[in-house]
Amino acid sequence: MAAKEAATAEPRKKKTAPRVDAEAMAARQRDISVSEFFAKNRHLLGFDNPRKAMLTTIKEAVDNSLDACEEAGILPEIAVIVEDLEPNRPATAKSSRYRVTVIDNGPGIVRKQVENIFGRLLYGSKFHRLKMSRGQQGIGISAAGMYGLITTGRPMTIFTKPKAGQPTHHIELAMNTKTNRAEVTFDKEVKEFPPVRFRELSSGTRALAEQGGFLTSEEFPTGTSVSIELDGKYQRGRGSVDEFLELTAIANPHARIVFVPPSRVTEDEEPDVLAVAEAGAAAKAKVTTETNGVIVYPRGVQELPPETKEIQPHPKGIELGILLQMLKDYELAEKGGTLYNFLQERFCRVSASTASQMCEAIGVSSRAKAGDIEPPQAEKLYKVFQDAKLAPPPTDCLAPIGVRQLLAGMLKGVRAEFYSASSRSAEVYRGRPFQIEAAIAFGGELPGDEAARVIRFANRVPLLFQQSACSSFKAVTETPWKNYNLQHPRGGLPVGPLVIMIHMASVWVPFTSESKEAIADYDEIRKEMKLALMECGRKLGTYLRKRQKMRREGERRDVFERYIGEISKAINAITGDDPKKIYAALLEQARARTAVADQVLDEDGKVVKDEPMDEEGVIVVPDAIAPISGGLPPAVAAPPEAEPAKRTRGGKAPAGKGTKAAADAPARTARPAKVDAAREELRARAAKAAGRKAKPDGPGLF
Amino acid sequence: MAKGKQGTRSIKERDAATTQKIFDLVSRIARNSLAGKEPKLDIPTRTKSNTIWNKKRGILEMGDGVAERPLFDLKTAKQFMQTMLHSSTIKDLIEAQKTSSLRGVFYKAKHTVAGTRENTFDTQDESDPILEDLEVALGALREELHIFAENRGSMVGNITIVDKGDEIDCRRMGSGGYALPSIVEPDVIQFKKCEAKFVLHVEKGTVWNRFNEDRFWEKHNCILTHGAGQPPRGCRRLLQRLNQELKLPIICVLDCDPWGHYIYSVIKQGSISLAFESSRLAIPEAKFLGIRAKDFRECGLDDAVKIDLTENDIKRAKEIAAYPWFAGHRGWQKEIDAMLANGFKMEVESLITKDISYVSETYVPERLKRKDWLD
Repeated sequence: MAAKEAATAEPRKKKTAPRVDAEAMAARQRDISVSEFFAKNRHLLGFDNPRKAMLTTIKEAVDNSLDACEEAGILPEIAVIVEDLEPNRPATAKSSRYRVTVIDNGPGIVRKQVENIFGRLLYGSKFHRLKMSRGQQGIGISAAGMYGLITTGRPMTIFTKPKAGQPTHHIELAMNTKTNRAEVTFDKEVKEFPPVRFRELSSGTRALAEQGGFLTSEEFPTGTSVSIELDGKYQRGRGSVDEFLELTAIANPHARIVFVPPSRVTEDEEPDVLAVAEAGAAAKAKVTTETNGVIVYPRGVQELPPETKEIQPHPKGIELGILLQMLKDYELAEKGGTLYNFLQERFCRVSASTASQMCEAIGVSSRAKAGDIEPPQAEKLYKVFQDAKLAPPPTDCLAPIGVRQLLAGMLKGVRAEFYSASSRSAEVYRGRPFQIEAAIAFGGELPGDEAARVIRFANRVPLLFQQSACSSFKAVTETPWKNYNLQHPRGGLPVGPLVIMIHMASVWVPFTSESKEAIADYDEIRKEMKLALMECGRKLGTYLRKRQKMRREGERRDVFERYIGEISKAINAITGDDPKKIYAALLEQARARTAVADQVLDEDGKVVKDEPMDEEGVIVVPDAIAPISGGLPPAVAAPPEAEPAKRTRGGKAPAGKGTKAAADAPARTARPAKVDAAREELRARAAKAAGRKAKPDGPGLF
Repeated sequence: MAKGKQGTRSIKERDAATTQKIFDLVSRIARNSLAGKEPKLDIPTRTKSNTIWNKKRGILEMGDGVAERPLFDLKTAKQFMQTMLHSSTIKDLIEAQKTSSLRGVFYKAKHTVAGTRENTFDTQDESDPILEDLEVALGALREELHIFAENRGSMVGNITIVDKGDEIDCRRMGSGGYALPSIVEPDVIQFKKCEAKFVLHVEKGTVWNRFNEDRFWEKHNCILTHGAGQPPRGCRRLLQRLNQELKLPIICVLDCDPWGHYIYSVIKQGSISLAFESSRLAIPEAKFLGIRAKDFRECGLDDAVKIDLTENDIKRAKEIAAYPWFAGHRGWQKEIDAMLANGFKMEVESLITKDISYVSETYVPERLKRKDWLD
């Protein structure tokens, strides 16, 4: 481009000699290393500003850890430690130097791969395959290391122990951005893993380590620890490390995450923190524990998500050019391989009979060689692909979170009254299977006059930025919330006490940028999201209508019950009938006539007699429902001024089950004990339903 | 239905009968409740649709319409409770041999519903209709329920009565007159000596004062009453007794507006809400002397006395004209048409523009002489 401009500009400026000639320019034209490119364009990778850089660094490291653990079949145990390296900085400092360390109990990394994994951009195991994982491109952790190097000049420190009982590699490496290669500055074998010094970091870590809950060698027989020093900023609130970890915990109930935040938060951040605390506190009340500043997101379920399989591309999901390339590759790999075999081996969902039908359709014999297929025939084949009736790609490559765990996650993270979730069956965009899940939480302590909060996940990774660019956001705005009795300004988010969660699981999530902040707006994806949301919304709408009716009936009953006491007294004064008998008889009639008020509802508005959790996809927390206004049933014998007996409609749950969990809960902000107990009870039930095993050691059982 | 013949029975018998009626009503509710049936009250409806115009007798009568008042209905639950409370209150009154004013009964039954901040009755306006409901539901008169209304209306004239044993000479009542009690049944009030030849009933106290000050009743040998606007039951019952027992014509001087016309209608035929009592309240012979629509011209009144008819007045006048007891009456049709044609209404006081005593010394005597009235 530059050369062209120079050339066309030249004739007009007659007096000036050409600034450069082609030769000179050629001397300057050279390869651009990916590392250099991204070093210059670090915002593309999510390192726009110090605060986001800190988050992205942690996010990439945690994603890698979770992926590695799951692939190796290990229940993830992850520690995230942020050390403040300039605790005496002035209060006005815009950023500061931190050391971020992420330690996992994953399979470790063999010595010879360490440089490649941490020191090269676009190097990884996940790019070339169609398999659901958090990382895709092989950019993340090396980019974080590069950012650290650029801003502090300090190399990454890696401890990795690939085999239990064998030494740990301690490696420090710096990336050479020119060559996109790592330069090892330190390489030694050490005994200890995980690094013990973190246990002594603060009173919180010491306390937790003493309880055996922090970096024990038993929990970490193998694993990897990555430390990156960087110029960053630690600040709570939206888009913070805390939010990321909290949402990660919701979407990954099988992981236990310990977070050690830095010792100091800069003063200028305080007002923001408060504002966020006010706005979000109710919605985000944690079920996590905190020990002297160390936050533990406990493990909720003991099972790993099902192992996902790698799949071949689906015929409908490839472009013509890709098909041509695939044919070429196949010819190289399998000299003389037939088209018939090619179709079956290199694609999913192509059976032998389908393959021969396809061969027939483009007019070649089933023994025709793949290498002999001419571009026109390939184009025909491509058209055949589009028209063929094929099963959608297999879905065992996807590990959706699942309705029960979605509900469990929401129940733990959001204090609401109604929860519903929906898991769509797998669909395909561009031949890649994906699956959409959605959950909504409504009412309870959520702020009622604000736009709904949307929390988004892709392959269990929370997406914190660029909400409005995300397909999910568009899906939310296009969902007809008005039909579900919610306020919904045109083209915006619905307004009300609502949290919306959307998860996309796919072998390849189409992000809008390398920093993986928003999902690209494919029609197929948006449609599935809308359908999932509508399913949740319908359940909510039914529930709200039913609740309205219940409330009306409840009010009716209150009216009746209020008067029954008076009536039985009056009858007694006139006829001498026993007022208690009259009262009981009338009360029975009143209850029968307003029986609707007692109903517990499922998502279809059907009456649920016992356990609301037995119904698919919905949880109702009766105690979170705003109390029905009006009077309470008077006791006949009680004097009118006596306090009325407490209403017991919500307390249907047998008391014994819930109290254990409630008793285990550490002191939390004061809430009515009854509500807490009921909530714990539900949580226990949800956990039981979700994981079949409720672990009684954590407050939230997660 | 209630008939005014209790005078012959002893008070004790009457009270025992009323108590029994209350017991029967409430006992039925209790039995139903205990049997799991929905408790409901049957209240004869006191609405226009349930009012029958008895042309032969010239009075309004209550039809057979009955409204259910179930407990388990949001619209009627509170009324049901209030009816039960008032039943109990009335039983207490009868047992204690006391009478109470409407307001007293309201206060007796008013309290906070146990366990709430809600009152059983908020205002007396809620309480009074419940008592009227009980009257019709029990078929018992107000005095049988030991309830009375405030005294309203006054009387002077050439008559001596006995009120609870006290002899009252209505010729010597000064400027205030004899206050009409709400219960004027023969067991309370007896007529002793009457020279009066007719009763002049005026709408309000101010007009009544004019006539009384001018000693109209003395000059024309009559009884002079007013009912403070729409006359209460006590006043109407007394007028009826004067009419029926002493054969005195009742002549009304009311305003020339729909309200005045309606007062006349109530005196003459009875009211819709008290249709069940018409036979002892209505005076089919009552006459309407004025003010008439033609009087503006006939008496040569000043423009200043005109009060424009409001839209509401016009609507009301048309309603009244359509009442069956006015619909077939040519005189009244013409009168209402004339008022509508005038486009204004006139109060009795408007005659003061002629002279302060024009109404008592000229207007009424002239009309009486000419027998110029509507009936």
